[in-house]
Amino acid sequence: MLLCILTLVSKWAIPLLLLIIPIYGYLKKVPVYESFVEGAEEGFTTAVKIIPFLVGMMVAISVFRASGAMDYLTQFLSPLTYQIGAPSEVLPLAIMRPMSGSGVLGLATELMRVYGPDSFIGRLASVMQGTTDTTFFVLTVYFGAVGIKKYRYSIVTGLTADITGFFAAVYICNLLFR
Amino acid sequence: MLNLIWLLLLTSGIIVAAANGNIEIVTEAALGAAKGAVEVCFDLIGIMALWLGIMKIAEKGGLVKSLARLMRPLMVKLFPSVPPEHPAMGAIILNLSANMLGLGNAATPFGMKAMQELQELNSQSDEASEAMCTFLALNTSCITLIPATIIGVRLSCESANPTEIVGPCIFATAIAMIIAVSLDYWFRSKSRWGRH
Repeated sequence: MLLCILTLVSKWAIPLLLLIIPIYGYLKKVPVYESFVEGAEEGFTTAVKIIPFLVGMMVAISVFRASGAMDYLTQFLSPLTYQIGAPSEVLPLAIMRPMSGSGVLGLATELMRVYGPDSFIGRLASVMQGTTDTTFFVLTVYFGAVGIKKYRYSIVTGLTADITGFFAAVYICNLLFR
Repeated sequence: MLNLIWLLLLTSGIIVAAANGNIEIVTEAALGAAKGAVEVCFDLIGIMALWLGIMKIAEKGGLVKSLARLMRPLMVKLFPSVPPEHPAMGAIILNLSANMLGLGNAATPFGMKAMQELQELNSQSDEASEAMCTFLALNTSCITLIPATIIGVRLSCESANPTEIVGPCIFATAIAMIIAVSLDYWFRSKSRWGRH
């Protein structure tokens, strides 16, 4: 039942938006096609503007990951997370999550294949995936789009939210699925 | 802060690679990522253009403004430095709604639009404004009502109950959001105190 509703919503959300907004605009006497083109024009400049920011961030993250430095960080932290009820298998997810969206999705999929989606690890990995955000990517892209170089306290806030999300995910999964 | 994180990621990676006698991996990873970043941006161009075009129609029809008016009581509390009628408000609401519904590819263009609108209010042009920090705190911690991607993965792995994680996700994101907004509020009052 829930699955039905959710898949329906995610299947229909975008087509409905593409249907309703232009019709609404047309009824309000907006020149719909011209307005679309006018808005779309900004897409190119904005996307190009974020290139330097994204190159900088992705190079650093990629070197960190590929060199094995991330594995050391995981090993270093795993005794701590074990204490709070998180199997060490999910730790790379938590550490990588703020840095790389696609990388982490691959990791989560791999965990579910190996341990099964309905195992504790599979469920925890799912909740973690749905909970935290790719904070570095979001900050890089959003600030990059307007040329902001000084992020002030927003990194601390974003990373704290990620850590909180991780702990909350571990807590609720232990409560419900153990 | 960011300078330090960036430097640490890069240097610790290079040192570890050197210590493991595997220094070639640094070159490969760095060049590959530089190329990959540009590919990400190119993929973004079309999606950005599509959603910004659609948003322009919604804006001209007054839809964005009515949405902003609907959420106004909450928005003026969260963003005291943004005039309630400012177009940034509408873009922020669109971005957060797309996030909640798990429409990642629509969320990004709306988010960038919101940043551009906020940038017009920002007097220190290369430093994040308070409103931007609040927006990003909301954005990165945003409640997820439909974690569509992960439900898809669970389905493909033949889970007996792919949606059982929806409730826990809502719980965990709600907690994260409360913490992020409170922390942002705390930083904001502190920084106002110390600065002009």
